[in-house]
Amino acid sequence: MSDGYRVTLRVNGAEHSAETEPRTLLSDFLRHDLGLTGTHVGCEHGVCGACTILMDGEAVRSCLVLAVQADGHELTTVEGLTPDVEQLHPLQEAFQEAHGLQCGFCTPGFLMTLIPFLEENSDPTEEEIRSALSGNLCRCTGYQHIVDAVQLAAERGRSDSAAASEVEDGADH
Amino acid sequence: MREYGDEAKILAGGQSLIPVMNFRLAQPAMLVDLNRLDELDYVRISEGGTLRVGALTRMSRLERTPELGRFSPLLAEALPSIAHPQIRNRSTFGGSLSHADPAAEAPAVCLADGARFRLARSGSDRWVHATDFFTGLFETALDPEEILVEVELHPLPQRTGTSFQEIARRHGDYAMAGIAASVTLDAAGTIESARLVYLSVGDIPVDAQVAAALLTGEVPSAGLFEAAAEEAAQRAIEPAGTIHATPEFTRHLVGVLTRRALTTAVERARRPSDHE
Repeated sequence: MSDGYRVTLRVNGAEHSAETEPRTLLSDFLRHDLGLTGTHVGCEHGVCGACTILMDGEAVRSCLVLAVQADGHELTTVEGLTPDVEQLHPLQEAFQEAHGLQCGFCTPGFLMTLIPFLEENSDPTEEEIRSALSGNLCRCTGYQHIVDAVQLAAERGRSDSAAASEVEDGADH
Repeated sequence: MREYGDEAKILAGGQSLIPVMNFRLAQPAMLVDLNRLDELDYVRISEGGTLRVGALTRMSRLERTPELGRFSPLLAEALPSIAHPQIRNRSTFGGSLSHADPAAEAPAVCLADGARFRLARSGSDRWVHATDFFTGLFETALDPEEILVEVELHPLPQRTGTSFQEIARRHGDYAMAGIAASVTLDAAGTIESARLVYLSVGDIPVDAQVAAALLTGEVPSAGLFEAAAEEAAQRAIEPAGTIHATPEFTRHLVGVLTRRALTTAVERARRPSDHE
């Protein structure tokens, strides 16, 4: 049963299609077949969270999904956070400023876990942040700076949306 | 399934099976992926007033199901302890039950709730009580040609309180020990019935019926909870000991968890509004 399967899916807004074996993990498919090496592979058994991506908007571990299961689905990887790789997403800026990374290996997984979390919860408590990040391991920073980075990003997100609504209010008058 | 028998494995959420395959501990010749069976992904209230949960319902969806509190506050309380958010986005209720890991939360909760499971094969199906479903370590009453398709949970009886507690080394890790406790009081406040089910202390979820019987007909008190805790810790379980917990330590944890869970469950039974 090692016949190839054709997998067609959207990644970061672009359609991709490739033949793959049924046993190929989605993490390997993204890295090896699509060349999207921003998704990192740490433990390969669902503990470290480094390979976290968005599948139809939800954070999942790409090492615990088979590539064939992603057929027809919409994925976002860390490469899709900004339209161009030279740009940083506000969450990435906050990680940089708050020293939320050292070696950076775990960072793509943290970012992709946090994107849906911050969308649902714009003003998280420290406890909520730590609970949201319980499935991501970082062996460098000790997590405090990562939590600081999330708080910074959330704070900026709130003031941005407040500013945006002021502009909208202004337009109403 | 008929063609491949034991060589075939059902793939649901894959959050237990795929890690085992990644380690090459399981090398199924045939994987049958259920993930496109949207008809198995539902939570609905039946005409008979029970809650029916499709086997492919993801844990994250159950977390967002407010009605769960009326049927299984135990499950609602246990869900945040089931691994991590990214796992719960894929992990399925039926998959966790079929996998029958004694350290998993869902099997113990279903046992404590008196849930029923619908098992289907080509052309027929049958209902099995949770008590008859878990037969051994990673073993269930499922025949090779059957799959679990639906779980039925009953509304929580009046004056019933529940408590789910577990102790894990880190949040989201497999618990070293855990308990799903349910206590029903009569109008006078005496314990009418109780259920104490433990996870991570044996090959299957352990239903400590003798400990629960000690509580029946008695007025709740710290001394009574202590007696039930002692019975559960010393006689209901036979912990084998792991790298993280000696048998003595596991017995200690079971005692502590039993006292805590009974105290909370009885408090909640006295304030039924908690669950409504």
